[in-house]
Amino acid sequence: MSNYTTVITDVLVVGAGLSGERAAIEAASQGLDVIILSLVPPRRSHSTAAQGGCQASLGNCAMGKGDSTDVHFSDTVKGSDWGCDQEVARIFVETVPKAIRQMAMWGVPWNRVVAGKKVLPDGREIEDTKDKEGLITARDFGGTAKWRTCYTSDGAGHTMQYAVDSIVIKMGITVHDRTEAISIIHDGETCLGVVARCLKTGELRIYLAKSTIIATGGYGRLYGASTNAIINEGAGMSIALDTGLVPLGNMEAVQFHPTGMVPVWILITEGARGDGGYLLDKNMHRFMPDYEPKKKELASRDVVSRRMIQHIRKGLGVDSPYGPHLWLDIRHLGAKHININLREIANICKNFNGIDPVDSLIPVRPTQHYSMGGVRTNKDGYAYGLKGLFSVGESSCWDLHGFNRLGGNSLAETIVSGWVVGKKVAEYTLGAELNYQYSLVQDFAKKQQERIAGLISGKQGKENVFAIRKEMEQTLMDYVGIFRNGPDLQTAVDRLRELHQRAGRIGLKTNGKWASPELTAALRLPGMVRLALCISYGALTRTESRGSHAREDYPKRDDANWLKRTLAYWKEGSDLPQLQYEPVKITELPPGDRGYGESSASSAEGKK
Amino acid sequence: MSIQRKFSIFRYNPNTPDVKPFMQEYVIEEPQSMTIFTALNKIREEQDPSLMFDFVCRAAICGSCAMVINGKPRLACKTLTTDFSGTITLMPLPVFKLVGDLSVDTGAWFRHLSLKTKAWVHTDKEFDPNAAEERMDNETALLIYEAERCIECGCCIAGCVTANIREDFLGAAGINRVARFMVDPRDERSGNEYFEVIGSDEGAFGCMGLMACDDNCPMQLPLQLQLSFVRRKMLAFGLSK
Ligand SMILES: Cc1cc2nc3c(=O)[nH]c(=O)nc-3n(C[C@H](O)[C@H](O)[C@H](O)COP(=O)(O)OP(=O)(O)OC[C@H]3O[C@@H](n4cnc5c(N)ncnc54)[C@H](O)[C@@H]3O)c2cc1C
Ligand code: SF4
Ligand code: SF4
Ligand code: FES
Repeated sequence: MSNYTTVITDVLVVGAGLSGERAAIEAASQGLDVIILSLVPPRRSHSTAAQGGCQASLGNCAMGKGDSTDVHFSDTVKGSDWGCDQEVARIFVETVPKAIRQMAMWGVPWNRVVAGKKVLPDGREIEDTKDKEGLITARDFGGTAKWRTCYTSDGAGHTMQYAVDSIVIKMGITVHDRTEAISIIHDGETCLGVVARCLKTGELRIYLAKSTIIATGGYGRLYGASTNAIINEGAGMSIALDTGLVPLGNMEAVQFHPTGMVPVWILITEGARGDGGYLLDKNMHRFMPDYEPKKKELASRDVVSRRMIQHIRKGLGVDSPYGPHLWLDIRHLGAKHININLREIANICKNFNGIDPVDSLIPVRPTQHYSMGGVRTNKDGYAYGLKGLFSVGESSCWDLHGFNRLGGNSLAETIVSGWVVGKKVAEYTLGAELNYQYSLVQDFAKKQQERIAGLISGKQGKENVFAIRKEMEQTLMDYVGIFRNGPDLQTAVDRLRELHQRAGRIGLKTNGKWASPELTAALRLPGMVRLALCISYGALTRTESRGSHAREDYPKRDDANWLKRTLAYWKEGSDLPQLQYEPVKITELPPGDRGYGESSASSAEGKK
Repeated sequence: MSIQRKFSIFRYNPNTPDVKPFMQEYVIEEPQSMTIFTALNKIREEQDPSLMFDFVCRAAICGSCAMVINGKPRLACKTLTTDFSGTITLMPLPVFKLVGDLSVDTGAWFRHLSLKTKAWVHTDKEFDPNAAEERMDNETALLIYEAERCIECGCCIAGCVTANIREDFLGAAGINRVARFMVDPRDERSGNEYFEVIGSDEGAFGCMGLMACDDNCPMQLPLQLQLSFVRRKMLAFGLSK
């Protein structure tokens, strides 16, 4: 009964997306023994779904001329609405050009510069010069001063993940896929590994390691409408939170992407607007220039999403059975461009909506897309609160993105943080020892076993896991969306507290044996509700607007009181997180005007 | 207007071999349009939470959800129920190891494929972080991407006669994978090295050319072309040896 399969390694990476695999490679190349755990085979991770591209200031294409790490830095800080850690942003912008070239070496077929004159959809004429021909090119993305987003047609995430995974395979790094980490093992000071459940057999296993890296991606699926893969349920963040020692940073910072396709909420990449697509209302009027004369459709995502909702609220949305939406128009880009450079979009429109964007408009509405918050780490990737625990990629709050991530900066972050933090992990691990008491380790596994037994026997109650889940999703959709206000957020917090209680009384309908999908869902749900509470409570408490966090009752950014990062802790037995704050480090660029968006106009006054 | 839709679904859990495989029927309300993804989740949430199946991206880009739908391997997430009249029959993909019900282990199979075909860029060059990237013609980049678009869903394998009888046959996905590296100038492998990987019955010569694979690929990869490209290369190389 108490004999759990126990696997011991130097470095345990929880998550096989781009960031986890990149970190694993770095650790393994220093001779360390590495095991990667993943819910799914690595190449099915959510990273493969990223279509648009990856930012790096190579400055090769015509519209990228004059780009530099400094320009990338300032775009990133402005995009974050000064919420990001500037030391991290600096490390990031300096490393990313190298990381991109390394990806080229590992096999990513980045699109290349083709010399010659071109006319952009808006009539501007540009020329790519001969001296740059064959170097990595870039496309336009929102919130950037230069064309900086490197791409492979519309499969950037796919080709990057396949390239990185090919190196993982070449190096013979062990991957245990269909394995879910369900609890972090620690002695109060040091992380010792995880308890994991096999999603083929249901077996509980113990993984012990000198260092553990959380690389589990985002939590998009807490929301009922999200562009994220259905496995993005924030599992890694919630097991970190459950230690009671590790805080989650800025959980209230949730990104909504302007163009989720109605009604399936599959993403239409920003590349569509970057390549010249625009937004229309029910009168076929292109409304974005009215709000954002300079950046138009290509202001940062938080701004475009808010402008869209603002416009819909004026009654200018298109009615549909799924609520009002707007149109994305790419017809003028032409069949050739659409079917080559934006082929995945064309396929998605055809398969899931029965429309061809070459001659039809695409129905879109802002949709939950990215988790800026996550496991709070320092600039070396060390998680706060436990030695030997690290985090990279979307699951982390390394804090490159502050309150709004720029499109293309996330893929870039995965390979940069994987590389930089992977190195730090290796350094740490080479000097670390694995010291543990097996009885303590076993207690962690036993605790999970008891949870499972309780769910199967139904001794806590008979609540239905899927019903509670739907209510949680709906609560976030209705009260913690793009525009927020005190009363709504209070409603969300109250409802979620109640749902959290009910989540403690789930009982299974089936016998929960083997890899029961009902048990899988039931084990995850309470942690998901806790994350939802961190988001809502953090949002309720932050009485300002910053980046994606837009309070109708506090419409301005408030640097005097809120230039700080939220840290959410969860004490066992509690039904609310404890919030603490830390200052945001400003090393280079003091808070100022973003140059787009609503609140910056007012904050700019304060700056002068 | 919604209709009642009947599903007939394969049930079997390899952990409990005493319970023999059987087909189970479920009836659900069908709204105007619904994918098999939506339908299966509805069945799991409302009727039978023990039903096993795999979805990740639900957008036809991750390759997780292939199954045999009314006799043909397809991605369930992009298959609309309205494409069929009457009962929809769902079976797991053959060839791959069954995890349970409709869930199969394509991950292990494809990792094996990558190992067998040594599917990574083979080069002696060292990465220099301070050097600019090597130049490449954009046409070449597009050509590589064309083959790289395979999402390892397994549809071509499941529908392939040879793969169904020869356990070691790499199928169209394997041959396409080799083609991807053959057109990549960064890969320094010689014809000889490729021949070792694929110039046998497990590879390019096991194929009987019936082309079920080409028809089944949800990414519309030109598998037929890739097969003949690799065969031509291998033949030319085999003859010149
Ligand atoms: C539709 C879409 C398009 C996007 N396009 C772009 C783009 O064009 N450019 C850009 O920069 N960004 C884009 N993004 C964002 C970007 O793709 C992601 O932020 C990034 O890929 C996340 O990588 P990751 O390695 O952190 O996590 P993921 O790739 O999500 O990987 C998470 C891994 O963790 C594993 N895992 C999770 N929980 C557990 C657990 N409990 N136990 C074990 N394993 C676990 C999973 O199996 C998976 O392997 C896009 C996002 C979406 C939703
Ligand atoms: S053409 Fe060859 S690879 Fe394709 S299905 Fe037929 S035998 Fe299999
Ligand atoms: S070649 Fe096509 S059918 Fe075969 S695995 Fe790849 S994507 Fe699927
Ligand atoms: S779920 Fe990803 S391809 Fe169907």
